Amino acid sequence: MTRPAAATRMERALAALAVDPGGLKGIVLRARMSPVRHAFETALKHMPDTPRRIHPGISDLQLFGGLNIAASLAEGRPVRDKGLSETPGLLVLTMAERTGADLAARLSQILDADTGHALVLLDEGATAEEAPPLSLQDRLAFHIEPEDEALRTQALRLPARADLDTARKGLARIAVPEDAMGLLVALAARFGIDSLRAPLLALRTARALTALDREKSVGEAALMEAVELVYPSRATRFPAEAEDPAMDPPPDTPQPPDDATDEGSGKGAGELPDEILVQAIAALLPPDLLDRLKVARAAQARAASSGAGSKRRGNRRGRPLPSRPGRPSQQARIDPVATLRSAAPWQRLRRTPQNAHRPVIIYPSDIRLRRFEDRSDRLLIFTVDASGSSAVARLAEAKGAVELMLAQAYARRDHVALIAFRGDGAELLLSPTRSLVQAKRQLSSLPGGGGTPLAAGLVAASELAQHARGRGMSPTLVLLTDGRANIPLSGTPDRAEARQDAETIAAGLARQGVPGVLVDTANRPAESARSIAARLGADYLALPRADAHKISASVTAALEH
Amino acid sequence: MTLAFPFSAIVGQDTMKQALILTAIDPGLGGVLVFGDRGTGKSTAVRALAALLPPIEVVEGCPVNAARPEDCPDWAEVRSKKIVKRPTPVVDLPLGVTEDRVTGALDIERALTQGEKSFEPGLLARANRGYLYIDEVNLLEDHIVDLLLDVAQSGVNAVEREGLSIRHAARFVLVGSGNPEEGELRPQLLDRFGLSVEVMSPTDIDERIEVIRRRDAFETDTDRFMTKWKRQDGKIRKAILTARDRLRDTESSDAILKDCAALSLALGTDGLRGELTLLRAARALAAYEGAPTITRDHLSKVAPLALAHRLRRDPLDEAGSVTRVSRMVADVLG
Repeated sequence: MTRPAAATRMERALAALAVDPGGLKGIVLRARMSPVRHAFETALKHMPDTPRRIHPGISDLQLFGGLNIAASLAEGRPVRDKGLSETPGLLVLTMAERTGADLAARLSQILDADTGHALVLLDEGATAEEAPPLSLQDRLAFHIEPEDEALRTQALRLPARADLDTARKGLARIAVPEDAMGLLVALAARFGIDSLRAPLLALRTARALTALDREKSVGEAALMEAVELVYPSRATRFPAEAEDPAMDPPPDTPQPPDDATDEGSGKGAGELPDEILVQAIAALLPPDLLDRLKVARAAQARAASSGAGSKRRGNRRGRPLPSRPGRPSQQARIDPVATLRSAAPWQRLRRTPQNAHRPVIIYPSDIRLRRFEDRSDRLLIFTVDASGSSAVARLAEAKGAVELMLAQAYARRDHVALIAFRGDGAELLLSPTRSLVQAKRQLSSLPGGGGTPLAAGLVAASELAQHARGRGMSPTLVLLTDGRANIPLSGTPDRAEARQDAETIAAGLARQGVPGVLVDTANRPAESARSIAARLGADYLALPRADAHKISASVTAALEH
Repeated sequence: MTLAFPFSAIVGQDTMKQALILTAIDPGLGGVLVFGDRGTGKSTAVRALAALLPPIEVVEGCPVNAARPEDCPDWAEVRSKKIVKRPTPVVDLPLGVTEDRVTGALDIERALTQGEKSFEPGLLARANRGYLYIDEVNLLEDHIVDLLLDVAQSGVNAVEREGLSIRHAARFVLVGSGNPEEGELRPQLLDRFGLSVEVMSPTDIDERIEVIRRRDAFETDTDRFMTKWKRQDGKIRKAILTARDRLRDTESSDAILKDCAALSLALGTDGLRGELTLLRAARALAAYEGAPTITRDHLSKVAPLALAHRLRRDPLDEAGSVTRVSRMVADVLG
């Protein structure tokens, strides 16, 4: 029976990592609990370094080591815990999709120190938006996303320990032919891979594989395998479709190597990437690459927005709350006064001949932690009606108003998100972000026309609001519409049903407690929008003929009071 | 700690390297902000620069790297008078760091186990006379950034908490890096970094190949690679040291001062900070190049570094501010 190629790839990636963990830095496995993941984890157990499991909530103390307060108090002398970063090895991060920017930065720091650490991210993200931070993924050589049904029953086999050791020893002596690097770089350019980490990691992979195969010099086969392992997850375009503007590198990057592609293929035969190689990677690219790219960017923006101070229950700043007993960590500060106060009544009872010399006797249970209440960040959810009725009349003005509000949001450090609804549905154009350039770009390319699926727009807003709450932000809705809903949730035009749906969902949003403003964009203010605003419990602004500046000013006023 | 990549072996990225060298010549410039894509060698460059600089002389065991025994703060209780050499410190400030860890705080260990009130120095103490490197500065919590910039400006870290009242010298070059895709920095904060640089991946295939080649050589045959680049690094080090000595004697004519003002006015930058930084950066560059006076050429070379991030920018403006500065430099300086 032939083994599925995907299983072999996983085995080779793991074997390469076993040979050069410090250089290849690790693997992302994106799979929910399944036989494949089970097989993967079983294979991990056979890696030379014993895997140590960590989780997204890991404390700095566990990672970097530090004073163990409880033990120190018990023994009356400082007791230090060793952190995971001090002993190199394989770290396995479970539920990696929950990793915050903080932890990603710390893990990156550990990986960048080149002390021989490798990281396995077990990513259980259900939707494409749930994914580990890109800054972390970029550092790890391999990204595996097993989909192949045939993998279900496969066990993954690693080479014998002795073979791995031999390969490890041979690694330093592997020769790299002159044109290998050119090939790797040119290939990366053709797939729109910008980060220079990719070709570097591919080269190291090729070395590791060559060492495993007991060859002396990196050959074509090893290069090809390495490229197939490292590049597909990083590709941002299909090589054949390089001209498509939609596939340009992500926004904000000032136009990197688009022309490099053409240059590369136009040069002499020595630098021309092997067509076969290109095809081999192209075959491994996911068919929905483009859709994924959009989501990945959105997820990136969202991950970023959760980076700065969005936790609701802060413990470092804000309004002080009474101290609570608990275990100190990097995140939680001890309240010394409260700690001493709780220890004070027991001093006489605790005094024994052994500890007579100690001025104060404090038990771990006395420790009180400081708590603060943090004001959470605001998320402005702009929900824009881009339907035909609105578009003709006021879409341009609505866009202008949103742009002005975006500028104010920027000044106040609010997060913004943009939803547009038209035709038969709503679309999240921009996940919560602080990147204004992205917001503006999305907005200016927003076309108008079609029906008014107000209900769908509100559903999208409501989902986003809920999600934002979960992340500790306070959502606020800014709805720009004329209120003339004509597409219900079912999708078939029916004015009465559409209205009913919209009002039901509006009431739901009001129950969620999402504050908001409705800007009526109709030419003549109509009852329809007013009643939606009433259901939403939102302020209603009828602006029969206003320019963008006036709209923006009134909205600001309405939001502020 | 592993060896740092040689500074001179970094391929391309000349603007970033220049900005870093300028701050090494004149640490008073107020730091560098490096914004750019992933995998462009931002942190490599910072570490490389620090490794290139000559070791500093410090009192043995002093937590704030004091140069003379009398500069050691009282709370540190340093008894040694011995002077030792130490590499220029580069302190990494991780995302999500607490204020305690940055400024230092009551030493809980001693307070609770021995009942003594003493100060446990933080990252700012360790960074004194060196570099403080903040990766992803745009994701750092605002209050930490505020605190850092404040200390960087005053050169003194003052801690008033938990019954402690401590101050110690904290002079360091602040280097921030980040990816603008993931969020922006408040304009008020942008303005407080002395210089700013935008880096991007090299687009030239040959240059990219060279990056890979050198990195690979560094990783697989470290000793040979280091020897090979040692001389080049030595040259830069010498040039920086000479420039430091020359800095004071490098003259700025009234015409140059006028040019600085004219440029800042034309670009509408806020406050005088931009103007001052422009002049200081130009002076550092002149000293580096061995010129006795600052010329317009120096000004126009450093103008994008010193001014691009200070433009009163429309947050929705997409035109690159570096381009705007360059255009204005051409207009004003002719």
